[in-house]
Amino acid sequence: MAARPTNTAADFKKRMSLIEKQAVMDAGAGLSEASASDFIALLKPRVMSLVIFTGFVGMMAAPGHINPVIAAIAILCIAVGAGASGALNMWYDADIDAVMKRTAKRPIPAGRVSREEALGFGLVLSAFSVVTLGLFVNLLAAFLLAFTIFFYAVIYTIWLKRSTPQNIVIGGAAGAFPPMIGWAAVTNSVSIESIVLFMIIFLWTPPHFWALSLFMSDDYEKARIPMMPNVMGAASTKFQIFLYTVLVAPVGVLPWVMGFAGPAYGVFSIVMGALFLLYAFKVWRAEVGEPMISPAKKLFAFSIFYLFSLYAVLLGEVLVGKAMAAFGGAI
Amino acid sequence: MSEDRVTLTEKQKRARRSRSLALALALAAFVVIVYVGTWAKLGAALFNRPM
Repeated sequence: MAARPTNTAADFKKRMSLIEKQAVMDAGAGLSEASASDFIALLKPRVMSLVIFTGFVGMMAAPGHINPVIAAIAILCIAVGAGASGALNMWYDADIDAVMKRTAKRPIPAGRVSREEALGFGLVLSAFSVVTLGLFVNLLAAFLLAFTIFFYAVIYTIWLKRSTPQNIVIGGAAGAFPPMIGWAAVTNSVSIESIVLFMIIFLWTPPHFWALSLFMSDDYEKARIPMMPNVMGAASTKFQIFLYTVLVAPVGVLPWVMGFAGPAYGVFSIVMGALFLLYAFKVWRAEVGEPMISPAKKLFAFSIFYLFSLYAVLLGEVLVGKAMAAFGGAI
Repeated sequence: MSEDRVTLTEKQKRARRSRSLALALALAAFVVIVYVGTWAKLGAALFNRPM
């Protein structure tokens, strides 16, 4: 029986050299049986929906006016750009996707789409989304979108994911850019407010993904991805989850403190931040092994609700504010 | 020469049709985006410029 890998820092260094690209079975050069839905799956539609939502909130929260048609084009470009980076991620990660239960049915490891097709698809969509955003919205938003795609595909997927347990800490930036792009689409600037919207998602990413990795660590181990629990151990991961939650909870309140969100958001973000801390605390205090699985799953589910609801309340408040301003102006 | 032609299976034909339709829709959508976006960006003064 093969010895089970241990989780010390020394093992991690040794394992880093083992994480290399492996050959993967894909559709190859034969006649394709890929349908349009396989190409849509390459775009990671679920991730895309969160990107659309946060990008839209960033756009709505920004001061100023944007033509609704241009706003729709901006959202479409952000969505397609995010989808393109998903396709590039699946192109590069096909070998590790094939060994992980969660990802084994993706179009490339399942043999329906070839890696070359995914690469071409991702590159073409990246180019179209960035150029269209630049031509119809503004160059800053286009630059930020191009940087986001580059960051996710090259910095995260190709470089960090296989080489450091800090992969999702730094890589989380890619998922945090959409509200900043939405903000830039309206204002043609990067302001402190849009940086706060960025920071909320950036600091939220580690507790979210590490909670997932606590109960999926076998999958990551099998794929030899250096996720925090496999490298530093579950105890260290639980503590770091709590630390990042301590950071994200007050940052989540900043939009109200800085005045670009109202009191409803302020109260809601304080309550949600306290709950987030409570869930993270329970994970931290749970014993390593079976007892930590249930709190980790609860934290993972709550983290999704936390981010979605915070942005939803911010959006609701902004829309009510705009409606009242329009109504007041009409009187 | 004609004996060397590849015959597609039903599944491959369906897949090709699905891809062709999606590509056609995507191209049509892009044309509409460029048309509507140009109007929205440049407005009624679209053709009102010195030659």
